[in-house]
Amino acid sequence: MDYEVVIGLEVHTELSTKTKIFCGCTTEFGGEPNTHVCEICSGMPGTLPVVNKSVIEYAIRTGLATNCKITQYNKFDRKNYFYPDLPKAYQVSQLYLPICQNGFVEINASEGGKKKVRIHEIHMEEDAGKLVHDDFEDCTLVDYNRCGVPLLEIVSEPDMSSADEVIDYLEKLKAILQYIGVSDCKMQEGSLRADVNLSVRKKGANEYGTRTEMKNINSFKAIKRAIEGETERQIDLLESGEKVVQETRRWDDSKGESYAMRSKEDAQDYKYFPEPDIPPIEISDEKIEQIKNALPELPEKKKQRYMEEMNLPEYDTGIITNSIHLVRLFERTAEICGNPKDAANWIMGELMKMLNDTQTLPEDMKFNQDSLGKIIVMLNENKISRNTAKKVFEKVFSEDVEPEKYVKENNLEVMTDTGAIKGIIEKVVADNPKSVEEYKSGKEKAIQFLIGQSMRALKGQAPAQEVTKILHEILD
Amino acid sequence: MQITKELVNYLEALGRIELTDEQRASSEKDLQDILSYIDTLNELDTSNVEPLSHSFPVTNVFREDEVRPSTDRELILENAPEKTDACFMVPKTVE
Amino acid sequence: MEILKMTALELSKAIKSKEITVRQATQAVLDAIADYDGTYNCYTCVCEKEALERADEVQKLIDEGKLDASPLAGVPIAVKDNICTKGITTTCSSKILSNFKPTYNATVVERLNEAGMVIVGKLNMDEFAMGSTTETSYFGATKNPWNIECVPGGSSGGAAASVAADEAIIALGSDTGGSIRQPCSFCGVTGLKPTYGSVSRYGLVAYASSLDQIGPIGKDVADCAAMYSIISGRDEKDGTSMDFEKFDYTEVLKGEVKGKKIGIPSDYFGEGIAKDVKKKVLAAAEKLKEMGAEIEEFDMPIVKYAIPAYYIIASAEACSNLSRYDGIKYGYKSESARNLRETYIKSRSEGFGMEVKRRIMLGNFVLSSGYYDAYYKKALQAKKLIQQSFFDAFEKYDMLLGPVAPTTALKLGESLSDPLKMYLGDIYTVMINIAGLPAVSVPCGFDSNNMPVGLQLIGKPFDEKTIMQVAYQYEKATDFSDKKPNLIKA
Repeated sequence: MDYEVVIGLEVHTELSTKTKIFCGCTTEFGGEPNTHVCEICSGMPGTLPVVNKSVIEYAIRTGLATNCKITQYNKFDRKNYFYPDLPKAYQVSQLYLPICQNGFVEINASEGGKKKVRIHEIHMEEDAGKLVHDDFEDCTLVDYNRCGVPLLEIVSEPDMSSADEVIDYLEKLKAILQYIGVSDCKMQEGSLRADVNLSVRKKGANEYGTRTEMKNINSFKAIKRAIEGETERQIDLLESGEKVVQETRRWDDSKGESYAMRSKEDAQDYKYFPEPDIPPIEISDEKIEQIKNALPELPEKKKQRYMEEMNLPEYDTGIITNSIHLVRLFERTAEICGNPKDAANWIMGELMKMLNDTQTLPEDMKFNQDSLGKIIVMLNENKISRNTAKKVFEKVFSEDVEPEKYVKENNLEVMTDTGAIKGIIEKVVADNPKSVEEYKSGKEKAIQFLIGQSMRALKGQAPAQEVTKILHEILD
Repeated sequence: MQITKELVNYLEALGRIELTDEQRASSEKDLQDILSYIDTLNELDTSNVEPLSHSFPVTNVFREDEVRPSTDRELILENAPEKTDACFMVPKTVE
Repeated sequence: MEILKMTALELSKAIKSKEITVRQATQAVLDAIADYDGTYNCYTCVCEKEALERADEVQKLIDEGKLDASPLAGVPIAVKDNICTKGITTTCSSKILSNFKPTYNATVVERLNEAGMVIVGKLNMDEFAMGSTTETSYFGATKNPWNIECVPGGSSGGAAASVAADEAIIALGSDTGGSIRQPCSFCGVTGLKPTYGSVSRYGLVAYASSLDQIGPIGKDVADCAAMYSIISGRDEKDGTSMDFEKFDYTEVLKGEVKGKKIGIPSDYFGEGIAKDVKKKVLAAAEKLKEMGAEIEEFDMPIVKYAIPAYYIIASAEACSNLSRYDGIKYGYKSESARNLRETYIKSRSEGFGMEVKRRIMLGNFVLSSGYYDAYYKKALQAKKLIQQSFFDAFEKYDMLLGPVAPTTALKLGESLSDPLKMYLGDIYTVMINIAGLPAVSVPCGFDSNNMPVGLQLIGKPFDEKTIMQVAYQYEKATDFSDKKPNLIKA
């Protein structure tokens, strides 16, 4: 029997505002435990929240970039539950009037072509603190540094039907969030987290199956594995005549299996009600228009433009436009070297290889954005050889050296003095009489060896054609 | 609305409190009295009335996104019954 | 003149003119507390050392002329124990916060510090301001200075009783459903419940956030007006605090009763009101009429829905606000808790008293899924209608007049056994909180047992001035505010 998978995502993204949503504490990641904390975010009796203006703007920006309708009369609500990571014992969130509704993100469908993943809503809320289990003391330590960091929860409709679609949706979403500058989306720091709601049903069935929720999976690879694992688990259950239980499960990526989480509390009822401490928020048409007009070019549009104006291949533009960091590097490089094609080739070739080899994400690239462009310029002006260019770029990638300075200090320029080049080649010819003999006796291939030896002697600093030309002059 | 023992137990659980048997019995009666009185509200016609959560029509009270110094950790932890130098301490949370 | 008999305005004047030092004033209050608080139990904490040090600081500022603008510079003040004071316990009269020392000052505390006032101690109250008798305090009941067998009212019972017993010159209370006005009525002193949003709630330990307001309790209207001018005004730390014209207390002393239109809701004199209370309040209305006010009765049938709506809204917000007390971050933690679940349940069960638990359960009920619409939403709709009926009345009247409470002070223990009966006593006060309006409570006579009766004047939003002008003229024309109980030394 064939099954189909139905997946919806709840994505939490921490906003990169300077301060928390309701107090002036910094949102900076890291820091000693409980040092980014004040009376307000630690829930001291008597304290009150005051909304950070930027959070509203970031939320509107996100909604507009994902084709949502902006809710013009907003309220916050309290979601009540007891847990040590939530000092007030309620999370200020939005239930009744979320700030963005009814949007979509376009993704590549598994069966080919495009499809829209509908966004049900985006709402604002506050993050909770961090619990660290101390096995030695047999207790749990509570750190409120993340408490009150602004979050957007982006809730999709159950419109995805494979792990690949989920990953594509997440990549598209991440790209959008980074483009519009609302979040750095660093999964390893928890600023992008996804809860996966998944159910399976027999192909063609009208009703959804019972879904489970897997919480806070923190890498794309783990999400893919979790989806595949959970799909298999649910199908196995149905095949053996059992039922899927609606529950929250935790994906253990190291073991490659999920297990049911024990409920956070015995009686679960969030008792949502309007937050009395925060007056409603009204968003005017002008405000929406103003934010809309200030939105940067979004990934899909940029991709089209790259293809049409710069004549770049679809695959390359897809990869580059998926990351704002690659886009920035690409645009700067193209500007400096005046050749988008070259810029794209270097990014798709050398840079991708280095990112892969060193397991680095584009956002973690540390080198000066001008460097690649400068390297390409030197190459195009024949100041360095292609080989040298690659080596210099490796140095730039690993140590952020200044390419022009590096080339000069290490004498990597191409030799322009033909006399000097000829002198070195003549020495190579003199040192390899055997190869010269072979060449002269008609073994054309022997010249390759001589070219190689000459290049080595020249430390690669002469153009290969020049070397070949001179060799022929000497030998013929 | 009829208050039952089960409902009282449920409300205790929701509020993370536990009553003694005696308190439970009297609570059942008191809550019943109070709710019966509260139910007189049903006589009030509220059809087409917008619920009013904030007394006055104030909107858009914001704070600029400017960092202010956090509170000394020592002070944050000062009132905690169980703590380390850096953190609040709770009995192990099980998942 | 004896320090303790002075009003706050008189005392500040005497201090500024060097007749009295701040230390003398402070010491006089501390001595009175030492002499009488054993009888009345108004205070949960007296901070003698801090107060005397502070008195000297303030004296210096006064001598340097830096506090000339403050009408109450140098005056000792006592603060209800749900208002956060840095380094001084703020218990809400609850076991669960019995050792809690805030690390910050409430905005009102900052403001009275800036005005050169001296905090002498924290005042007893019903636990978390839930109650109308101050009997639910973890630190024991406060006694009514007019009769120690009676309650002082609540929840700001310590505040009203301290002023009545001359254990305080002036005090700050809080009012969620009558908690300033009702104890003022029971103790024969004056109090103001300001418009919602006019005084910052930052640092007021929340009971019901949409209803809570801090306000003054004093010996007379002028003192309350001066105190209100100090604590009111927008605070950027409280998103619900509002911008409005700076209140000038001297305006209060200038007004007239003549020509004021005063409405009397007939439903404020229905079933349940004590005969003496009705008589005294109507006599007050008659007096105002003599003074030139236009008095008219009108119907306000929504009165009977005020208590149901109030207890739904207040309990719902309270159950959420009180969830943070869990034995982890501050306050009481049960010794016998062995795991996380027990830390929550045992700390809360041992730390909260019965009235608080009852409201937590009621709040959880009205918010729980399946009941939200029938109760909480319905109450917010009733709130809209209640506010609307006030606004309708204000189309015709400058203010409304009525009793503060249906009875005078009850005997200790009388209402503890029957919570509903206690709740019904709030019938004339809760509506004002629901509508967000200002109201003042002033003494208007005594019942046959010589217990004080209070008169309530209810004003338009942010029109504290008009009700206090009329209250001030009424006070001048009568002598009820001058009457003092015979005090009993401990």
